[in-house]
Amino acid sequence: MTKTKLKTVTLELPASRDTLAELEIGTVVYLTGRIFTAREGVYKRAVEDGHGLPASREQMGSANFHCSPAARINEDGTLNVGAVTATASFRFAKWLDGWFELSGCNVIIGKGGMTSEIYKKSFVPANAIYLTTVGYGTGALLGRGIKSVVDAHWRNELGLAQAIWVLDVEKMGPFLVEGDIHGNSLFERENAKVAAGIEAAYEGTRPATMQRYGELDDKTKEVI
Amino acid sequence: MAIPIATLQTTAEELTAKAAIEIPADYLAGLEKLADIESGELSAFVIQAMLENYKAAEEDRRAMCGDTGCPRWYVKYGNEARIDGGPIALEAALRRATAQATHNIPLRPNRVHPLTRADHDNNVGMNAPEIEYAFHPDADWVDLTTVHKGGLFGTDYRMLFPGDGIEGIRRFFLDTLVAFGKRGLACQPAIVGIGLGGNKDTCMVLGKHAACLRTVGSVHPDPDIAQLEVELKELGNSIGMGAMGFMGSSMVVDCNIEAGYCHTGGMPMSVHMFCLSSRRATARVHADGHVEYRTDPEWFSAYSRRTTVEWDTPMAQAAE
Repeated sequence: MTKTKLKTVTLELPASRDTLAELEIGTVVYLTGRIFTAREGVYKRAVEDGHGLPASREQMGSANFHCSPAARINEDGTLNVGAVTATASFRFAKWLDGWFELSGCNVIIGKGGMTSEIYKKSFVPANAIYLTTVGYGTGALLGRGIKSVVDAHWRNELGLAQAIWVLDVEKMGPFLVEGDIHGNSLFERENAKVAAGIEAAYEGTRPATMQRYGELDDKTKEVI
Repeated sequence: MAIPIATLQTTAEELTAKAAIEIPADYLAGLEKLADIESGELSAFVIQAMLENYKAAEEDRRAMCGDTGCPRWYVKYGNEARIDGGPIALEAALRRATAQATHNIPLRPNRVHPLTRADHDNNVGMNAPEIEYAFHPDADWVDLTTVHKGGLFGTDYRMLFPGDGIEGIRRFFLDTLVAFGKRGLACQPAIVGIGLGGNKDTCMVLGKHAACLRTVGSVHPDPDIAQLEVELKELGNSIGMGAMGFMGSSMVVDCNIEAGYCHTGGMPMSVHMFCLSSRRATARVHADGHVEYRTDPEWFSAYSRRTTVEWDTPMAQAAE
């Protein structure tokens, strides 16, 4: 575990609502239990194309990682996962309501989080929290946390990168609580702090002579 | 003597593993320097976790990041170098090495058809991996460099005009860093590469090369450009934003600029961010078949940046 003064906890999966309710934004989390990967290919196939999920909630777990692993299927059919790193989550928002209903997940892990608006609309009713990976490049550390690769679903339909990889993990991390049970966002809190200083950095600059159509000039905004 | 193709393929496989697993020493030293002065608690925590991650990757020989980027190749041919089977055989060897290494390491098979999303599960496909070439005078070796740049975020291009001046350059630089730095989409602290001038395509290529093929601490030989490199690095680290967009001062590990002569009416500029997994590895394959590995691609040289019509400078200056 990375040494830090930040509050650090190990979260056992599946987690109850009460356990999740204790987690404040900015807390460092390590996960123990069952998780599964699912990204846009899975969301589209499961929710939009109406295929549902390939296995039961018990078999897949209650925590969905927005990622695809650096993994291979060996010739004897065994599965090998080297490193895992999240992909940016804001792209998944449009499928979320259907996704929570279908998967029953209450922990979503990914990169960069979503907006507090989306947390309040979709996460809060599902009693779900959002964990972000750290630095986004801690793939080797996260890979170490994988105890066993349980299954890889839809690998023929979606390819290795988009397949559902079911993983049993032990003290996998670190992650940070980005969206809490009430829908607060750590990134939005930090963004507000950073925004105050940005104007100063812009002193001594000038806008481009030729503007871009639809250009945004509000430095407090985000692009997602 | 022609360089055997088998040597090139084995070297390419080894390079792919090195790039995916071993963080280059220059980037690591630059990141550690930023870590020493980072006062933002969350940003400092993120960098600490990254430093531990690099160690874990090397100890376990596993990819440092699960998104193993898009493997690609840079080939620098000495003018006197000869390869068994010629450049067609070399390209085949690089494609084979990419596919083989993707399975062996493993890398994530990131490359898909842009519309059908078909995935060959080996990082090889139409126009992938890219293979770019450069040439070098008075040499009989071949330099192979692989770069696995990650990222959907952190790159932008803009046609500026001479009247926009340094103030316009500073603005576009900040716009790109701030837009993609929020929530750390650019996976900073990064090596920021800037392309200045050239045509649109050249501008993008130069900027990407500046980010991926120059090391942390390298300095452009043109004093005006060198000064701008220092200035923009300081500017980027003064935004108040650190790793993952948290409050802090760690945004730019280094800023490298490459320039090309451009249309008299324009001043095109591109910005590229080579992330916390700045993956690159190089090998020189000599005419007698022996191989030397390193992490500095030495892609740019007095020859590649030449400004004159003829190249007839003495040998001493042709060396990097």
